[in-house]
Amino acid sequence: MKRLRLVPDETFWDFFSRSKIWLGISGFAVVLALISFFVQGLNYGIDFKGGTTIRTESAQAVDVGAYRGALATLGLQDVIITEVFDPTFDADQNVAMVRIGAEDEQNAVSAERLAEAEAALQEVAPDIKFVSVESVGPKVSGELIRTAILAVTLAIGAVLVYIWLRFEWQFALGAVLALVHDVALTIGIFSELQIKFDLSIIAALLTIVGYSLNDTVVVFDRVRENLIKYKSKPLREVLNLSINETMSRTIMTSLTTLLALFALLALGGDVIRGFVFAMTWGIFVGTYSSIFVASAILLRTGVKRDWSKTDDAAGTQFGDGNV
Amino acid sequence: MLLIDAWKRWTIWLIVAVGLVLAMPNLFYSRVESHNDAVAAIEKGADTPENRAAEGEWPSFLPSGLVNLGLDLRGGAHLLAEVRLGDVYKSRMESLWPEVLRVLRAERGTVGTIRWNSAAVDKGELRVRLVSNPDAMPKAIELVQTLRQPVVSLTGAGTHDLDVTSDGDELVVTLSEAEKQATDDRTMAQSLEIIRRRIDEVGTREPTIQRQGEDRILIQVPGIGSAAELKAIIGTTAQLTFQSVISRTTNADEAPGAGNEILPAMDEEGLFYILEQSPVVTGEELTNAQNTFDQNGRPAVSFTFNTTGARKFGDYTAANIGSPFAIVLDDEVISAPVIQSHIGGGSGIITGQFTVEETINLAVLLRAGALPAGLDFLEERTVGPELGQDSIDAGKLATSVAFVLVLGFMFATYGLFGIFANIALILNVALLLGALSMLGATLTLPGIAGIVLTVGMAVDANVLIFERIREELKSAKGPARAIELGYERALSAIIDANITTLITAAILWFVGSGPVKGFAVTLGLGIFTSVFTAIFVTRLLIVLWFERTRPKTIEV
Repeated sequence: MKRLRLVPDETFWDFFSRSKIWLGISGFAVVLALISFFVQGLNYGIDFKGGTTIRTESAQAVDVGAYRGALATLGLQDVIITEVFDPTFDADQNVAMVRIGAEDEQNAVSAERLAEAEAALQEVAPDIKFVSVESVGPKVSGELIRTAILAVTLAIGAVLVYIWLRFEWQFALGAVLALVHDVALTIGIFSELQIKFDLSIIAALLTIVGYSLNDTVVVFDRVRENLIKYKSKPLREVLNLSINETMSRTIMTSLTTLLALFALLALGGDVIRGFVFAMTWGIFVGTYSSIFVASAILLRTGVKRDWSKTDDAAGTQFGDGNV
Repeated sequence: MLLIDAWKRWTIWLIVAVGLVLAMPNLFYSRVESHNDAVAAIEKGADTPENRAAEGEWPSFLPSGLVNLGLDLRGGAHLLAEVRLGDVYKSRMESLWPEVLRVLRAERGTVGTIRWNSAAVDKGELRVRLVSNPDAMPKAIELVQTLRQPVVSLTGAGTHDLDVTSDGDELVVTLSEAEKQATDDRTMAQSLEIIRRRIDEVGTREPTIQRQGEDRILIQVPGIGSAAELKAIIGTTAQLTFQSVISRTTNADEAPGAGNEILPAMDEEGLFYILEQSPVVTGEELTNAQNTFDQNGRPAVSFTFNTTGARKFGDYTAANIGSPFAIVLDDEVISAPVIQSHIGGGSGIITGQFTVEETINLAVLLRAGALPAGLDFLEERTVGPELGQDSIDAGKLATSVAFVLVLGFMFATYGLFGIFANIALILNVALLLGALSMLGATLTLPGIAGIVLTVGMAVDANVLIFERIREELKSAKGPARAIELGYERALSAIIDANITTLITAAILWFVGSGPVKGFAVTLGLGIFTSVFTAIFVTRLLIVLWFERTRPKTIEV
């Protein structure tokens, strides 16, 4: 039977001939991401900024100007109205998102304010419905942003410790720098494209951390195995060999995950599109970074070559058969 | 050679079977749901033929656990409320004043004239100025200390409920830390209970009402139209008090004087009452409230006091015949009738410009009891049922397409072994649904994305194994040995990769809330089911196939 082969059975690609250039590009991209983050800033959703978002639905076409005019008389803070398009909508399903800035020091929007807004919009589009309303007071959004930062930091920290225990500190350093790279680039693209950044994106960020790590760990695992097997081979060759050996797996897994995510991106509706976009982006960046960042850093820090001594115990903890 | 003990085989099949049985009710979602509702209704005593019929829709010997749909899928309202714990300190201090007044007045000779600084109660302090004789402060403190009670709580043993100190010429009484702690716990428990009772009176399916942190309550009610509706049900404190009236005024800024407060009238715009701040009787002493009509046929609410309430009310009305008293609800004067005669029976009637609807609501609120403190709503989310249904449909479609793509891709790449992996993948999703149903976990929209992601990532373990088998085959080992080594050597990478993902899922679960938490649960459970199906189930399938056909060569 003819099989699909994305990667030849044996590859001998040299991943490190231009590793300085790749590291340079990665570093530059991270700097660009940070500049974008500090100059332009993220388009924070109400989870982090406080305020109210209303999703409206109407059979009539959305007229952003008329909506804005209708709401202008109410004296609401920073009203932003955007029309939402999605291939999954019906023909007479016209959706808009209305975002209103926080009014109070701590509370969510009051019921009266909402009723006023609904009445005002009904003047313009009589059949308009509020299909969802979310409101977060500044008090909670401040806490949510702190928790989110804590979560990402904790995740990276925990991973650092785990890899350090299972491998060596050089591996942990490589893995963590790759993670920081992934997180920075994801935040960068969200800030550059001004996609709404809310709590679910934090979940996506952590999933990216998990996925990218998954990839890195698979490569590192093979590196450790090959270090034992080829005690005198230069590190660069061992790394190259390990990446080549795991290449077909890397491509397979990335592709299956991407296939699933593309389905979700195209058909999953606009509510989770930002979330799915972050994950899709993360798969690309994560796959790239486990080779061109994590391994490249490992090549620069160097690793312990003699694995026959005491540290074997660390590797057998989970009963792996390769020591 | 490839061997799996018989007991291990049976254990694997058993786990798969249990998972499938647990997942099955989800295929008949609406039928099982109406069955479950009917069972719950019958337990509560609503043994109607309709409920019996709905119960019969689903055989009771089958499991009936379902994956709960989160608010973002089912539609409903979510509220995060903060309880104003300070309100309780304030009312405690207000009700303490008459007693402080009594003990200090009894010793007027030494303590001299005193004046209550009533503005300080807003900060939870009772401040009394010794106007004429500040030197008598130690004596005054001693007198007020006689009012102290031991704190009734586990941690507060051996402490008193009040701290009595001085600040210049002012005597300051506050609640002690131990008493504040005990009061806070009581306030939270009471608030939770009252919110639960009010929501139950409306009757909706499975509301979630839980305490969060020090002073917050999370309320989630599926199926309710909007958070505004929910707020209307639970939002009003329904704090009912009966207070003495000093005077009426039309000037809202008029100084009410020490120990008094100024409150607006509910019916008449621009009319204000100056009232004595500490109430005669409060709504806490009500035993019952009913909507009714007064002698003129206007909607009204009748109420009955408990014995202490009835006595206080009786004494007060007997002593104040001919003067008005105010019925105050949530800082608005409902009415201020003149006391015609001594009211001894402990029951009465509240009239005002109510509609029948309002009297029904008011009676419910009074019956359920007043919230001990006001609520601030920090966060609210409403998702309409249509949007939820749209999300479910989109999620279903996307998941099916993702599934077909991944299955096809696996088959094209690995042939027969791909089929084994695909069977494992299908079982994986079934087991995941079974586990979610068994735990009663909530499936949210990001959770669906979690399932799709699990589908994508679950093949990873199999890919690792298959790629490894290919490699081992190259080094010219027999097929059986290659398969065995493939599983063995891929294990360490699989374990490492999954533990790291599990760490991130755990962190998400701890710090996340709502939909994010749902995502973490799905992701975490997905790791367990995918490792189980990828390692054990595919291995068993391959071994069964191998035993049957005994191939000389294999192609992976």
